[in-house]
Amino acid sequence: MSVMGAPDGRGRFGEFGGRFVPEALVPACLELEAAFTEAWADPAFVGEFHETLRLFGGRPTPVTPLPRLSERLDLRVYAKREDLAHTGSHKINNVVGQTLLTRRMGKGRVIAETGAGQHGVATATAAARLGLDCTVFMGEVDTRRQELNVFRMELLGARVVPVTSGSRTLKDAVNEALREWVTCVADTHYCIGSVMGPHPFPWMVREFQRVIGEEARAQLEDLGVGVPDVVVACVGGGSNAAGVFAGFAETRARLVGVEAAGGSAIGHGAPGVLHGMRSMLLQDEFGQIEEAQSISAGLDYPGIGPEHAHLAAIGRAQYVGISDDEVLAGLTLLSETEGIIPALETAHAVAWIANAAGRELAPGTTVLLNLSGRGDKDVAQVRALMRGDG
Amino acid sequence: MTTLDERLVGVRDGGRRALVPYLMAGARPDWTRLLQAAVAGGADVLEVGLPFSDPMMDGPVIQEAALAALAAGTTLDSVCAELGALDLGVPLVAMTYCNVVYHYGLERAAGRLRDAGVLGVILPDLALEELGEWAAVCDAGDLATVLMVAPSTPPARVARLTARSRGFVYAAARMAVTGTAEGLGDGAAVLERVRATSTMPAYVGIGIASPAQARAAAERADGVIVGSALVRRVLDGASPEEVESFVRDLRREIDAT
Repeated sequence: MSVMGAPDGRGRFGEFGGRFVPEALVPACLELEAAFTEAWADPAFVGEFHETLRLFGGRPTPVTPLPRLSERLDLRVYAKREDLAHTGSHKINNVVGQTLLTRRMGKGRVIAETGAGQHGVATATAAARLGLDCTVFMGEVDTRRQELNVFRMELLGARVVPVTSGSRTLKDAVNEALREWVTCVADTHYCIGSVMGPHPFPWMVREFQRVIGEEARAQLEDLGVGVPDVVVACVGGGSNAAGVFAGFAETRARLVGVEAAGGSAIGHGAPGVLHGMRSMLLQDEFGQIEEAQSISAGLDYPGIGPEHAHLAAIGRAQYVGISDDEVLAGLTLLSETEGIIPALETAHAVAWIANAAGRELAPGTTVLLNLSGRGDKDVAQVRALMRGDG
Repeated sequence: MTTLDERLVGVRDGGRRALVPYLMAGARPDWTRLLQAAVAGGADVLEVGLPFSDPMMDGPVIQEAALAALAAGTTLDSVCAELGALDLGVPLVAMTYCNVVYHYGLERAAGRLRDAGVLGVILPDLALEELGEWAAVCDAGDLATVLMVAPSTPPARVARLTARSRGFVYAAARMAVTGTAEGLGDGAAVLERVRATSTMPAYVGIGIASPAQARAAAERADGVIVGSALVRRVLDGASPEEVESFVRDLRREIDAT
């Protein structure tokens, strides 16, 4: 198996992945696996996917040199501008792919989970475009923290269901979406938001996000940079990182995934089974899942996509943690030097680059930052944090 | 053949439809007393939930019970210690999720459960394709791996599931997580598919909440599983006598078939 190729027949990336779901959902996962495999080999489907991303999704997104940040850090930093994609992040790539596939499977409805609301808004957007019915599960705590995103989803015609079970955040929204899917699997697709869940989701979502890495690879060639020394992306479930890593997995580029220190499944987790997959998970000594704690709702997840767990295990990618305090400094740094306000999630990756500059990143190192999302959604929270009342 | 297979074939050969109440271990301090009450009310088998933080196959009632049990410090070890001290006289089947036994270690978990008198285990998130290692450990340790057949299971797959199940086949009456519902749902159709492939005892569960539903289920199945309706009563503070009385109501209707 090539690095970041297809998983094995059981959906495994090394020892991680698989399909750990109730029997009621197994036929749907098998159906989805067959449908995706067939669609992804069909030039007509792939063509419609890329055309939709071009005409609707704002692709290709540019690679932007970051000269003032580079000078400050004594590096050569480039950003892949997923913040410029429709809905403000890389999430659109995945939902365009999954909603087209939903229609191809003859299903008229999608359900999704969301944490901060980015994936929920993206799903509602793509569903509206294809006329699919859409229901989004969101932890009750998050519906209050991200009230405007709830309204955005409703504007787009989606129904938002506040989840009151468990910790009432992202992991419980996933549980609730899975429980709902059991009841309606015949006519409904579960549009999962990251490279997680049972096979084929981690593989399928990575393939829909692969466009990030493939574009960036070609764009860096055009800029005369070639293969960068380092590719850096933030990681919650890990879809933007998987997408950009996929374009560079077979190169000499060093791959760095930046987790929230309080949600560091690779750094502090242990192998386990959750949400249909075997991966690295934050859990206590009895195997009960622990809640992640992060300034950024998008990284507030106790697990990580199984392929990342595998890339870490084989040493192909490295995963590091960044604390909440460092994140704000990263956000400010990119805003002031380059005129780009990144999402709090992305600011983790910026912060790692800033920390590593002059230490493990030698002067002149070329770095590709996957600028996964824009910071507009976080501005009110950042203001509160900077005033000390966050 | 595992001990659970022998015991449950024995129940059926005795002309009895099995009643399987489900209770969550540790949901209340007196939970073992509730197990005894269920046996006194006429249970043939007890399904005991081991709490997990993220129970994907469970509805709100059993989720609530799991969180209460976890908040009280319930663990696989604490449950086994309490169960091991009991002599209930009926087979015990544990229901939990993969991560609880994976984290404990498969062989170690199987051994600990079996030593505590547990004869079978249901792991609803362990799909057939992932069953191999756990099934081998259980077969070696005389612990039955009970598998579920769903309304969505295609016929060819039903045969593979029933061939691999031990003790009984869990026929899910509907496309839903655990909870309370009306009627028998798809239970009759699922049972028919199970019967077409296997002579193993087939028990119906998921959404069976009332004595009347239990009776309708027992008209077709070898056994009936009642979980959320009972656990709701436990969470609402039912006394052991009230638990016994509800189980007896179920028993009476099942025996009337």
